[in-house]
Amino acid sequence: MAAPQAKQDVVEARLSALTLPEGGKWITTAREAALRRLRTLGLPDRRDEYWKFTRPDTLVQANAPEAALLQGAEEPEGFDAVNRLKLVFVDGVFDPKASDDLALDGVRIERLSEAAKTDIHWARDLYGVLEERGQSPVPRSLAAFNTAFASDGMLIHVTGRPSKAINLIYIHKSKTSDAVLHHVIKLETGAELTILESGPAAARLNKVMEVEIADEATFHHICTQGRDHERRAVTHLFARLAAQSTFKSFTMTANGKMTRNECVIELTGDDAVAHVAGAAMGDGDFHQDDTVFVTHDALRCESRQVFKKVLRKGATGVFQGKILVKPGAQKTDGYQISQALLLDEDSQFLAKPELEIYADDVACSHGSTSGAIDEDALYYLRARGIPKSLATDLLTLSFLAEAVEEIEDETLREEINGQLAGWLERRRR
Amino acid sequence: MLEIKNLHVDLEEEDKTILKGVNLTVEAGKVHAIMGPNGSGKSTLSYVLSGRDGYKVTQGSATLSGVDLLDMEPEERAAAGLFLAFQYPVEIPGVGNMTFLRTAVNAQRKARGEDEMSAADFLKLVREKAKTLQIDAEMLKRPVNVGFSGGEKKRNEILQMAMLEPKMCILDETDSGLDVDAMKLVADGVNALRDPGRGFLVITHYQRLLDHIKPDVVHIMSDGRIIKTGGPDLALEVEQNGYADILSEGV
Repeated sequence: MAAPQAKQDVVEARLSALTLPEGGKWITTAREAALRRLRTLGLPDRRDEYWKFTRPDTLVQANAPEAALLQGAEEPEGFDAVNRLKLVFVDGVFDPKASDDLALDGVRIERLSEAAKTDIHWARDLYGVLEERGQSPVPRSLAAFNTAFASDGMLIHVTGRPSKAINLIYIHKSKTSDAVLHHVIKLETGAELTILESGPAAARLNKVMEVEIADEATFHHICTQGRDHERRAVTHLFARLAAQSTFKSFTMTANGKMTRNECVIELTGDDAVAHVAGAAMGDGDFHQDDTVFVTHDALRCESRQVFKKVLRKGATGVFQGKILVKPGAQKTDGYQISQALLLDEDSQFLAKPELEIYADDVACSHGSTSGAIDEDALYYLRARGIPKSLATDLLTLSFLAEAVEEIEDETLREEINGQLAGWLERRRR
Repeated sequence: MLEIKNLHVDLEEEDKTILKGVNLTVEAGKVHAIMGPNGSGKSTLSYVLSGRDGYKVTQGSATLSGVDLLDMEPEERAAAGLFLAFQYPVEIPGVGNMTFLRTAVNAQRKARGEDEMSAADFLKLVREKAKTLQIDAEMLKRPVNVGFSGGEKKRNEILQMAMLEPKMCILDETDSGLDVDAMKLVADGVNALRDPGRGFLVITHYQRLLDHIKPDVVHIMSDGRIIKTGGPDLALEVEQNGYADILSEGV
């Protein structure tokens, strides 16, 4: 069904100054198809149910609103203690000089802009494909926009178990940069990869990551979105899981004026496991939205959604999470929790947890809460001599712990805990 | 050491008077016990002394080594040397027991103008103290009190006490929820801390804890006042005859 005329007008206005990037046959086909999808779906506006809690205006408008750079941060905080291959993007453009060679055992890494020149490429079967699958039942037209207009990103084909993680480092240098990045990751049977992402990327970022996980493969993903206060981002993570495969994703959002993170997961093989978690913290005009859609379409799959948000001084947190259990997806084990810690009365948390279940032998649970610091725990810590501000920070980290604990690797977990503690400490000064 | 004079306390929200003129002095090196029936105000006294919210002091004073306690924040009271072993230690998921202990030790040192303890010194000390309380490395690593048994929680309280080396220790029903063996372990931990420079106030319902932690003075509390003070024999009297006799003579 085509979008109403008003929506079509908005899309045409937005597209009028844009042209599809040039490329070979495979990608041009994908981009043209995405453009058609975008025209059919229309861009999100505030009347859309799916955007009830988050105003899409600044993500949709033609020019990225200016975003000041974070002072004193040359490179985004990040995974120094981790053995990693660094791939650096500056304002959404890959910087080969600042990056390591695109060489890693068990992995083939190509830059999208290079692969786009060819007429045939393995990514053809994935680029825009998972995104398209994710457009139903709810449209995600900013992801279709991305598929059409992204000109940079990485295509990563994993056949083994590389000795290092891949760290996509996103540096923000221009106050008006408008980045569109599209990554495709394909894990073959039994393969394993850890992807780290760090940094604000640009004044405005539209990022899509499509991940195809074959039987018994494992994908770990840790993302920290960068502390620049005025940055904006809309991200989509699409994942499709085959039998006995594992997907674990954790995102940390500290600061940023507007962040919408969508995660769309399809469990299509039996006994697959998908965990998606997030820890967000912000103050003032911070607006952060986690929108998750998990589809169970196989036997005995497990999914977990764990989202925690710490909100101060009028900040807003949003969670829209859905578990859809398709007919026949028996023995599904689905879990979803979203919680906000409101450090003052001006902050707000808006949550819409949903379960839609068409199988009769499943276990699904969900919970959503918002609350203040636990007074009993605060008293206990203070009675041990810990000053109130420090005790509050400890309890805040305690609140976030369930999400952070979703990170399996201890070094990475410590890294994230350190960053979270740093954020709190800067506010105590 | 601890001097409480004519202390009157109301519950802030209910406009109800709980303590109606408590007088009590605990000297350094001594163990005082407070016994009394439910609702007599024993726990309230410990909360008010340690600075919990929700209570209003309407009259009287409480000082530690001459310093006014009631004017201080809870953390300041702790740094001044007051320690309360909680009846119900609070679970804090996501904060490691070690981190908690080290943060507390160093926060108190900082408040007193002392240098922070190095990680190595701290580790050595905590292992040594933990060993005598039969607290293993696993328990030190786990989040504070999360998944601890009743006995483990109380032992953890005593470990904190041992690490913080307070001047004045208040034990609020430390025996509740403990079996005989666990109680003995906890009592041994407390006894190991007895010191000429340290005072203890042991709050309990039952005499049996006092078999293990021998008090110098026993007070009986009822309806917000201390109605009788005596030697260790007073505790035995309660054990044999209950509170009824004493309460009737106290009126």
